[in-house]
Amino acid sequence: MMKVNRVRTSRTKKKYESPDSPTSVGWTRPYTVRLADENKPLLLDCGEELAPIDVEYEIYGQMNEKKDNVILLLHALSGDAHAAGWDETADEMGRTWRTDRPGWWDTMIGPGKALDTSKYCVICSNVLGGCYGTTGPASINPGTGKPYGLDFPIVTVGDWVRLQERLITHLGIERLYAVVGGSLGGQQALEWSLAYPDRVERAIILASSARLSAQGLAFNVVARNSILNDKNFNNGKYYDDEFPAQGLAIARMLGHITYLSETSMREKFGRRYRESGSRPGFHLGVDFEVESYLQYQGQSFVARFDANSYLYITRAMDYYDAADWGDGDLEKACSRAKAKFLLVSFSSDWLYTPEQMKELSFALYRNRKNVTYVDIPSTYGHDAFLLEVDKLTPIISKFLKGGITHGI
Amino acid sequence: MVYRVELGIRWDHQVIFDLIPHRASVLDLGCGNGELLKRLIEQKNVWGLGVEKNIVRVEGCIENGVPVYHADIDHGLHQFPDNFFDYVILEMTLQSVTKPLDLLDEMLRLGKSGIVSFPNFGYKGVIESFVKTQRMPRTKALPYYWYDTPNIHLFTAKDFLDLVEEKHIKIEKGMSWIKGEIKDFTEEESPEAEEILFVVSRK
Repeated sequence: MMKVNRVRTSRTKKKYESPDSPTSVGWTRPYTVRLADENKPLLLDCGEELAPIDVEYEIYGQMNEKKDNVILLLHALSGDAHAAGWDETADEMGRTWRTDRPGWWDTMIGPGKALDTSKYCVICSNVLGGCYGTTGPASINPGTGKPYGLDFPIVTVGDWVRLQERLITHLGIERLYAVVGGSLGGQQALEWSLAYPDRVERAIILASSARLSAQGLAFNVVARNSILNDKNFNNGKYYDDEFPAQGLAIARMLGHITYLSETSMREKFGRRYRESGSRPGFHLGVDFEVESYLQYQGQSFVARFDANSYLYITRAMDYYDAADWGDGDLEKACSRAKAKFLLVSFSSDWLYTPEQMKELSFALYRNRKNVTYVDIPSTYGHDAFLLEVDKLTPIISKFLKGGITHGI
Repeated sequence: MVYRVELGIRWDHQVIFDLIPHRASVLDLGCGNGELLKRLIEQKNVWGLGVEKNIVRVEGCIENGVPVYHADIDHGLHQFPDNFFDYVILEMTLQSVTKPLDLLDEMLRLGKSGIVSFPNFGYKGVIESFVKTQRMPRTKALPYYWYDTPNIHLFTAKDFLDLVEEKHIKIEKGMSWIKGEIKDFTEEESPEAEEILFVVSRK
């Protein structure tokens, strides 16, 4: 009898921390604030002015009296403002995917965790062009009374950060104790340190870089093509009709390939078959474990993400280049920074490689900035910034405890 | 001349600390937990950076508030321009790298001055241990067994002097650690020196 080795990786229920746990931020709710209107529109990098703009954000922990204990957390491509805890509004807001899991960085945010909410106040907002409460392509265009769709202007990481600055100012915060982000969130943290050098004391940048590689640009092209060529895409005007689900799912599948490493895929799935163990099923449907995983990731993403937002956010990711602050010279750009930096790469990350993070480190070092660079050994690939909690926690919490006085 | 050593501080830490002027820029290759750099940053206002390959020690640096670059110095630091640092420190490290000559060159490219301290394999205690036991010597400065030692390129004071002569390196200062005291280095007295420190620069 053949031994059947079945591993149900994609469907196994993960163990999450309950909202009652002393180290959980507990039940959370999002807040929305209008940060741009006709009188004060947001001038975008593309030259257009945008208004109105609403921003959805969450807050964990208490702001102290001086408001100098605030950590601004920046989310990545598919993330949102719900970074920790359990959303008590999930049902009423129709965000059903939030009912069975906490925020995307729940393992890192809470009393006693890396971003310790008994000391720090953590704020996370959804990016402009997203689909989680902040104005985006699915929002109503006041000019037409219909969703923007592809009439939404092209937005950039710089635009996001300028909008976040409005939020921080609105909340009465002068200087941020730290800005923290991974991947595209790390690029926002970097942008903060260059755009508002006097308002950022510490910048923690994980699994990120000063700019996306040509290889990364290439993956985004394929992802967008998959959406644009979905039969339901209808030039972005699909909100009253069939959703371009196939296109978005394939884009997400492709994304997931870039988030894992060869090693993590081998360890997670190997060449195992889903149903028959070691024998092929002789059909073109989902047969391998890895196929099953990607299909599941694609399908579950469709339930919670807007295809147009995926186009806009990947475009912002493509366009970001920190060297723009130095007329194309990254070293010159880095001369603006005043924060104390913690840069972390992960050894098996091939989307934002350790080499790219080293390049950023040296651009800062050559300006004699205060920079710590750590390359964490991990087999998880790019996803490591979400998964390597035990390795990240001491590094981040020790870095946050440190003062900011420094030589020259 | 005999120098005073503060209790609880490594003798070479003390010498290096005294040697480095206020507001200098300092690169510490193999910086460990960053203890030396912490003192230099806090008390002498230097712009300091450590390089360390062991991630546990890197965490120690972060805890000490010392900026650190997590990398193996054997893999080079070519991204820094020439003479970027006033001082480059190689504290008890040169004997443990795979390419000590390349590192010495790199140190003198990166820094206006280099500070090298090392366990002296020509120390009479080492030689006696070797002769007496007929086994690889183990002393306070060289506590390892042959199979677990990180010291893969051990050398003596005289070896180092030969090398600097051949490579046209200038010795600006030399210190010896002799019977718990710091003394100015002399070649004659070198068999008495358990550990040695040289300040070097390009001629």
